[in-house]
Amino acid sequence: MASNSFQAGVKDYRATYWTPDYVPLDSDLLAVFKIVAQAGVPREEAAAAVAAESSTGTWTTVWTDLLTDLDYYRGRAYRIEQVPGDANAFYAFIAYPIDLFEEGSVVNVLTSLVGNVFGFKAVRSLRLEDLRFPLAYVKTCGGPPNGIQLERDRLNKYGRPFLGCTIKPKLGLSAKNYGRAVYECLRGGLDFTKDDENINSQPFMRWQHRFEFVMEAVQKAEAETGERKGHYLNVTAPTPEEMYKRAEFAKSLGAPIIMHDFLTAGFTANTGLANWCRENGMLLHIHRAMHAVLDRNPYHGIHFRVLTKCLRLSGGDHLHSGTVVGKLEGDREATIGWVDMMREPFIPENRARGIFFDQDWGAMPGVMPVASGGIHVWHMPALTAIFGDDACFQFGGGTLGHPWGNAAGAHANRVALEACVEARNQGRQVEREGREILSEAAKDSPELRIAMETWKEIKFEFDTVDKLDAPARVGTN
Amino acid sequence: MADILPYPTTQRRGETFSYLPAMTPERLRKQIAYLIAQGWNPAIEHSEPEKAFSSFWYLWKLPMFGETSIERILAELEACHRANPGHHVRLLGYDNYAQSQGTAFIVYRADAR
Repeated sequence: MASNSFQAGVKDYRATYWTPDYVPLDSDLLAVFKIVAQAGVPREEAAAAVAAESSTGTWTTVWTDLLTDLDYYRGRAYRIEQVPGDANAFYAFIAYPIDLFEEGSVVNVLTSLVGNVFGFKAVRSLRLEDLRFPLAYVKTCGGPPNGIQLERDRLNKYGRPFLGCTIKPKLGLSAKNYGRAVYECLRGGLDFTKDDENINSQPFMRWQHRFEFVMEAVQKAEAETGERKGHYLNVTAPTPEEMYKRAEFAKSLGAPIIMHDFLTAGFTANTGLANWCRENGMLLHIHRAMHAVLDRNPYHGIHFRVLTKCLRLSGGDHLHSGTVVGKLEGDREATIGWVDMMREPFIPENRARGIFFDQDWGAMPGVMPVASGGIHVWHMPALTAIFGDDACFQFGGGTLGHPWGNAAGAHANRVALEACVEARNQGRQVEREGREILSEAAKDSPELRIAMETWKEIKFEFDTVDKLDAPARVGTN
Repeated sequence: MADILPYPTTQRRGETFSYLPAMTPERLRKQIAYLIAQGWNPAIEHSEPEKAFSSFWYLWKLPMFGETSIERILAELEACHRANPGHHVRLLGYDNYAQSQGTAFIVYRADAR
């Protein structure tokens, strides 16, 4: 029997939702938000408001609160920390009991945690920086349909990263011309080619026609090279029914891998497709269009490491991670942080990489990070050093832009990759000795030599440009 | 156009390191040393070239669990090659923790370039 009777009216959130003595349970879902409160709102009140609005609370007390054990169901703000280098912002740590969320539903978790609360007046800005999914919740999610280990076994590729390429121009090619570009890349030495994300089924190239010509190209390149190949057939579609139709057709043609855009299509579609892939022995490449809308502003939205965790739970075998070195520069330490989050079984808290919580994935398979965007052969040494073997490097312009064509461009990248892997295994400092390693390899490969002449040499020094919250930020913004 | 080197008819390849020149004994030793240093278990497989697309090649004897001698691994590779002169012979490193192969590459190619 609840001891207090119903008191109508508005109560400070902190009276109920600020619990600094709370010790989070192993089964709690933990979140850390970066908050800038409205002027005059105390931090504890703002943190408690976020905890309330993302769990059981509403703006006023209601008598039906007294019909349940709110003490069990409420979210609790349990810690506040200053954001380094920013006097206005603070981190609020919130613990949610696991029973607030439907099992196996990233959709439900996000609807609660980044739902109404983001429009809430008491906070000026709000960003979900990190989440800790309890292992008990992880076990209710399907996760990657295959995982890195199975992908290697299926494709017979060991001891090196994978190599891919997005076919360009991204819009406007006919199906047969598109298949030509695929064939040239694959016979030249790439493992994968990829549909651009905005290729779905436009009038210039309907999806059936693309799938047929592309699979002919894949199968011919496989027969000729004796190596296993694939092309990410994009099945992202206007409706789930259409998405499954495309996936079934890809399977009927013998495709080993299909592709999906998880944010524009949504987590419901993505989780369903991942389940289909698991049941049908299909690898699933995940593109991340729209992520920058959510994750780029340091004071608003959802950090990419959270989206990464959500995708690993929802399901995908590849996920674009950024390159650190290419045209889409990302902070090196932060990138390694979410790359670890994709593929490791356990990731400890590490503030230097922006990781706020230990995350235990149990036996859930890992996701292969995909580095894509503005990279070319000169970046190969750094990519090899940063990502290690369990990654896929995708050179679009860096393959198709080779003066001798796609096959030569693919060949150049493959030689460069293998030379870097061999050098690394020999104990050489691949990043520092990048120029010598590539130059030695180019002696036996005219394709690589021309690629190195075509693209400008980049500097082999990579100081961390720290975009994580740090005192150094003051004065630079 | 005159400066473009035409890409030749597609050659058969063999996955990792098959786009580099054939391994010299010295380079091969370094790769074996790396495999050992990673704590992987070396194993040798071989196949007729026409069956090489399969996941399963013939296993030569048994994996060399715990083997750390480069010489002994080289000797087994050579023994496998001598017994199967028309076959591809590859070396792999079993990674027990990843439940996968840490590396795999062809040491003797049947159609040696």
